[in-house]
Amino acid sequence: MAHFDKAMPFSNKWMDQRLAVNTLQKVMSTEYWIPKNINFLWAMGMILAATFGILVISGIFLLMYYVPDAGNAAAFDSVNYTIMSEVGYGWFWRHIHGVGASLVFLIIYIHMFTGIYYGSYKRGRELIWLSGMGLFIVFSAEAFSGYMLPWGQMSYWAGMVITNLFAGATPDVLGGALNFPHFVEWLRGDYVPGQAFLGRFFMLHVLLMPLVIMGLIVLHFGTLRIPHVNNQDGEEVDFEESAALWKAGRKKEAKVIPFKPVFLSKDVFVMGVYFILFFYLVFYHFEFAMDPVNFDPADPLKTPTHIYPEWYFLWSYEILRPFSKNVGLIWFAFAQGILMTLPFLDRSSNVAPANRRGLFGIWFWALLIDMITLTIMGKLPPTDPTFSMIGYIAAVTFIGLWVVLPFITMMEKPVGGKK
Amino acid sequence: MKELKILAVVVFFTLVTYWGVEPYAHHAMHKKVDAQGNEIVVESHDFAYADLKEVKAKGDIEAGKAMISACTGCHSIASQKMPAPMDASASAGAYGVNPPDLSNAGAVFDEKFLVNFIMNPTHASKVEHKFKDGKVYPMPVVAPDEQTAANIVAYLKSIAPKELSSKEAYETACGRCHAMRYTKWTQIGFMPKTRPNIVTHQDVEKLKFEQKVAEYQGSLAKYMGKLPPDLSIMIRARSEHFMETFIEDPQSQLAGTAMPRVGVSKEGYEKVIAYLEESGDPSKPKREAVGPWVLGFFFIFTLLAYLWKQAHWRDLH
Repeated sequence: MAHFDKAMPFSNKWMDQRLAVNTLQKVMSTEYWIPKNINFLWAMGMILAATFGILVISGIFLLMYYVPDAGNAAAFDSVNYTIMSEVGYGWFWRHIHGVGASLVFLIIYIHMFTGIYYGSYKRGRELIWLSGMGLFIVFSAEAFSGYMLPWGQMSYWAGMVITNLFAGATPDVLGGALNFPHFVEWLRGDYVPGQAFLGRFFMLHVLLMPLVIMGLIVLHFGTLRIPHVNNQDGEEVDFEESAALWKAGRKKEAKVIPFKPVFLSKDVFVMGVYFILFFYLVFYHFEFAMDPVNFDPADPLKTPTHIYPEWYFLWSYEILRPFSKNVGLIWFAFAQGILMTLPFLDRSSNVAPANRRGLFGIWFWALLIDMITLTIMGKLPPTDPTFSMIGYIAAVTFIGLWVVLPFITMMEKPVGGKK
Repeated sequence: MKELKILAVVVFFTLVTYWGVEPYAHHAMHKKVDAQGNEIVVESHDFAYADLKEVKAKGDIEAGKAMISACTGCHSIASQKMPAPMDASASAGAYGVNPPDLSNAGAVFDEKFLVNFIMNPTHASKVEHKFKDGKVYPMPVVAPDEQTAANIVAYLKSIAPKELSSKEAYETACGRCHAMRYTKWTQIGFMPKTRPNIVTHQDVEKLKFEQKVAEYQGSLAKYMGKLPPDLSIMIRARSEHFMETFIEDPQSQLAGTAMPRVGVSKEGYEKVIAYLEESGDPSKPKREAVGPWVLGFFFIFTLLAYLWKQAHWRDLH
């Protein structure tokens, strides 16, 4: 049994004996070592955590007044009338929630491409990548389920289109063996998106998905601990040696800094810049995050002229769209899963910025430009032959890039960790 | 500095993506083309109604007043104590839609439009495609000559209030077809304040009113082909440009629509839009008031954070 000295209740000593707060403080912040050689892109993780926090808080306020009732535009009105007109500052929370949902994906993509560029997914960092991609998928489910809740035209029809994907391939593929009969109806709880559908997505959005996200965030932080954060040159840092230098006061020689306060001070500054952008959008430019079509209440008898997902789903949507149904479904599934396999498809042992890795550097910029092209084409009307051709080429390019990745990385010559 | 270069790259790709999925995509989606595939640009013409005949005749208020019984057979003029011959539901049953009260007509509608409308209603409101093959427009031509029409319009303008609220403009121009549930407006008026019976919890007065609304909507839907949409939050569902060009000439944006050109004047249009904003975007004044303070806070926050960061990072290298 542990030994407890007499101490003032809730004093540091008292707390430390019971909760090891001092050890905890050291492990989690003052002696959690981060490489010094980093730039502002290393703050994206904290920005994501902060944005998620903002989404949770604004979501709690919205949840107090939201009514998940698909009948008589009740859900629609609880969002657009009750929250926007009757609840004090309800509009403020809603705009924060809407803008936050869009920006969180912008930062996720920046965070992901940072990881790809600097090779932060290998040499012990595979689980960081995998748990991060897990978060990306769950955030996507969270965003999609949340998009259903205002029960506007785009909620309804996006729900219709996306659940239809689960109707599977056409029956001529393997004699329909891939298709479970009535699977879509089972998923929706009805023949069309209705009350059961809305209730289910409401539950997913406010309970199950946030719980999974929180669990995965803890895992994601945990996976960082042993391999440590990567740095701008992919240099292998001896963290123990450097930490000893730091503790001895030789700050200039040490290659590391403690999370708190040194790394944190930079994080908070970057966060400040980000919040200026965030609240500028909340007050003056929120329309981009709230599609006008969704301000028409759900109407099963009136299909909108254009149905498109939010911008962060467009690249994978565009991989589905240019092909025939069965082929499109296969490539769509491919696009959803392939990023997960990056640590294993990259056969090179180099951990270095992409620009120093020869062909991989070209691959990186090609992937970025290709995904942006897919994103833009994903929203343009497919009836335009030029757009659909560009979209088709970009989709094939995306697939091709992943096919060639193992080969170009196998041929890659080793580069030094440092310039 | 290296970090600024990295930031420039991030900002560049972000802006390209934004441009593609927002302004460019919306332009491409709402592009209107003619049969040859050429783009049609729908522009607002400041509610000038240039296609209608120029009015030369000068209206005589007294002559118009003498003529007004030709109108009040169907229309009420509440401000002049002239009641409607039938209630709204019965009128809609007879005509398809309740003929508007004319008290504010002179203040909401364009003068030139009104004269042309009285002379040839289906032409002025661009609904000739609906009233053919024996279908008759409910409003007869009572004044086929320009002088008589101008006299009536002169009278309507003389009785119109100098200052019109946005609510009154909406009621006169839009309200007989479009409900607005966020302001409790129905096509036959505002929902009356009623109370449920304390014992039975039933609100008989409310149910009676709702029945009247339902009957009215039945006639209206039959007349228009569908029930015109509720406009509570339309201001956020359509762009400013769409609203302006659509209200000025519904056919320009939605060829074949049953919605008539109602002929609001520029001021009338602005009043109507103000009312749509009151209903659909009531937080606008508050947003504009609070925004600078929040941004100011984060500017100071960022400045202090920068100083804190400098204090720690100054002697690292």
